[in-house]
Amino acid sequence: MSLIQCKDLSLGYDGHEIVKNLSFSVNSGDYLCIVGENGSGKTTLMKTVLGLNPLISGEIKFGDGLKKNEIGYLPQQTPVQRDFPASVFEIVLSGFCGGMGINPFYSRQQKAEAVCNIEKMGISNLKNRCYRELSGGQQQRVLLARALCATKKLILLDEPVSGLDSKATAEMYSIVKRLNSEDGITVIMISHDISAAVSYASHILHIGTSCLFCTKEDYIKNQTTVFPEVTGNE
Amino acid sequence: MSESLNQLYTYLQFPFVRYALIVGVLIALCSSLLGVTLVLKRFSFIGDGLSHVAFGAMAVAAVVGLTNDMPLVLIVTTVSAILLLRTGTNAKIKGDAAVAMISVGALAIGYLLMNVFSKSANVSGDVCTTLFGSTSILTLNKTKVWLCVVISVIVVAVFTIFYNKVFALTFDENFAKATGTKAGVYNLIIAIIIAAVIVLAMNLVGSLLISALVIFPALSAMRVFKTFRSVTICSAIVSVICALAGILISIVASTPVGSTIVLVDIIVFFGFFLVGSIKTRGAK
Ligand SMILES: Nc1ncnc2c1ncn2[C@@H]1O[C@H](COP(=O)(O)OP(=O)(O)OP(=O)(O)O)[C@@H](O)[C@H]1O
Ligand SMILES: [Mg+2]
Repeated sequence: MSLIQCKDLSLGYDGHEIVKNLSFSVNSGDYLCIVGENGSGKTTLMKTVLGLNPLISGEIKFGDGLKKNEIGYLPQQTPVQRDFPASVFEIVLSGFCGGMGINPFYSRQQKAEAVCNIEKMGISNLKNRCYRELSGGQQQRVLLARALCATKKLILLDEPVSGLDSKATAEMYSIVKRLNSEDGITVIMISHDISAAVSYASHILHIGTSCLFCTKEDYIKNQTTVFPEVTGNE
Repeated sequence: MSESLNQLYTYLQFPFVRYALIVGVLIALCSSLLGVTLVLKRFSFIGDGLSHVAFGAMAVAAVVGLTNDMPLVLIVTTVSAILLLRTGTNAKIKGDAAVAMISVGALAIGYLLMNVFSKSANVSGDVCTTLFGSTSILTLNKTKVWLCVVISVIVVAVFTIFYNKVFALTFDENFAKATGTKAGVYNLIIAIIIAAVIVLAMNLVGSLLISALVIFPALSAMRVFKTFRSVTICSAIVSVICALAGILISIVASTPVGSTIVLVDIIVFFGFFLVGSIKTRGAK
């Protein structure tokens, strides 16, 4: 049984359809990259899988005992108010919120784990800093650390490298790769960077007027014939 | 100096002074705890908005000829508070605009009804009541003090238990929802306790004071502190001290209680503002 199985999905807002006839499945340990043009519906797909957006039709099934509160998420945009007082540690810790049900307080073990995730992102020196005073790339790492607190199984990343410089981008990709290969976390990532997608991912989902779901190897073979527009700007 | 202390001591012998102190401090504590979230969610003016709703409800009660309008007013204001607050970040109309809409709408409809149908034309008197509280804080009886104590204990307990959820939901509601936090349930619980505090305080101390109590301590604390926990704790302490000082000063100097508390809050805010800007300059 796969971790997530999507059958004949139809996605959109207020009954207005944006993507239709989408089927794919993700197995434990996979690294799925979702690619496609701006506005093709990648974020919409992710939000629908997470239950933030109602599904128009089709079916999304969670397998392998995956529960709703065992998923990590890095949103494309996190509109934080200019004056929000919150330290990095508080934000990372809030990743545990969904997983602990009605239990009101974080355990010592969770706090230690949050510190560990902050270290993993290489931002230990920022632990007690105020979130809103960090740079975009630093904020991105904080939110990824928060997403890690929410899960040990599956993480969904919506354009994790947007706004990062090339060094930080490479670091981010290698962090995500390590999560996948060393910690065994299944990764679903939206990216505009086809070359990175091809080199890191195990599967590729292309969203557009026609959707294509295949392994990376098939995608490379097909790329030139099926999607010339994608390779055009490579 | 010792004369005013003596005077204060004499006044503290009166039960109504002690009642005022207890109620003032408790309401200051509750509203400052909730104030941080309200300010961050752009609901700073909810106290004012709800007082206008209360006025609209009073107008309707007067028109239909209800002799006791209290239950209707309580229900209407509580329900509108819950409706306003429950929706969370994904509302189509954002906090400040929604509050403004409800408040202006209720005020207009209430005034219209009063004018068209009213037999007793004490409209301005009724408006004043909703702004400054139907009972002055100095005329509280024992029942109201107990009611206030019970509600405050509940509010502080609920806030402490749900503190981490409140933070997660205020900071990033979509993430919280996506990772399995039951946002609807928690938003509703938070909305109910906020509604309870505001409706209670509105009746006891008036909506002008409740708005000040929500806004000033939170904003003062946010000048100096940078983490959610420290801001929450600091604003609670600031609020309680200001309320206490305001009430005592007003007794000794025989000034209006509400306005004195607000004045103390304003002075403290400027103090924090100064400290905050010195701190940031020092850091650079
Ligand atoms: N809240 C919304 N209500 C209605 N339509 C929306 C909403 N959000 C997005 N859309 C529409 O849905 C379509 C897909 O949007 P989506 O955000 O999923 O694109 P995307 O593939 O993530 O694009 P990008 O690469 O720019 O992030 C767009 O045409 C957009 O206009
Ligand atoms: Mg997107």
